[in-house]
Amino acid sequence: MDTAHRQHPPYIRIWIYLALLTAAELLLAFKLPIPPNIKLILLLGTAVWKALLVALFFMHLKSEKWNLRILAMVPLPLAAILVCAVITEKIW
Amino acid sequence: MTSITANAMRPPHPAERGIDAYNTKLGMWVFLASEVMFFTALIGTYIVLRFGAPGPWPAPGVVLSIPITAFNTFLLICSSVSMVKAFASAADGDIGKLKFWMLLTIIGGAMFVGIQGFEYHHLIERGLLPSGVREGSELAALVASGKLPAATMGLYGSTFYTMTGFHGFHVTCGVVSMIYLYVTKVLRGKYSQADHGGVEVVGLYWHFVDLVWIILFTIVYLI
Repeated sequence: MDTAHRQHPPYIRIWIYLALLTAAELLLAFKLPIPPNIKLILLLGTAVWKALLVALFFMHLKSEKWNLRILAMVPLPLAAILVCAVITEKIW
Repeated sequence: MTSITANAMRPPHPAERGIDAYNTKLGMWVFLASEVMFFTALIGTYIVLRFGAPGPWPAPGVVLSIPITAFNTFLLICSSVSMVKAFASAADGDIGKLKFWMLLTIIGGAMFVGIQGFEYHHLIERGLLPSGVREGSELAALVASGKLPAATMGLYGSTFYTMTGFHGFHVTCGVVSMIYLYVTKVLRGKYSQADHGGVEVVGLYWHFVDLVWIILFTIVYLI
């Protein structure tokens, strides 16, 4: 474990971003008159953005070594394959 | 003979650094990788059931209470921040602050579970069951008036309770783990600047639970 006194990421600023993005999601979902397909893309994009902020700064993936980052990323392509396979089930 | 075998089994010198993470942290990352697949299976199934449903899906905000869940989402984000502040305090050797932030995280997590319990109670009272809508309930009246689709309420109820229920179970496990850690290690002063691995590992789990909720909140409540 790294015991040196290190510079921490700006946790409070990330928290404010997360709160603002959550508020933006609620506005997008219920207040703004946007076509459903664009709304869907924007909502999913905001959710992924928030998830990335948590993973990179709170789980410290931004400052971890590459081999641990790869370990964290391994299930993502597998998850994408699983979701694509079940969504396209009707096609094949 | 024994010493020869022991020498042969020693790692080469200098020892390879490998993944450069201590065992429990590495173990937690491997566990979280398996958890990604678990929640992907749930979300993938939800997508298939929703888009292959025999009718329209209930519009967001008609059945589920958005203000309560939005507050709960904010609460979980706050508890994630307090958890990372607990870790930072431990890394800086400030054990007093570690105790404060960790306690705040436990309270936030417990409140999330409590509010989810309240949400379930409220929904069951209104008539949403995992099997669909209860006859004679408020939601059954909405189905009868055509404001809610009759054909998909069973799928809606079962997918909602399965996904949020499994997430709630994970949050509960996180709260129990943190309470255990708090009572047996943090309060007894067993963590220091040099040794605070438990805080980091339980923190990783807690942030993952937060991350999953961020995705679930959008998919289940807003879309």
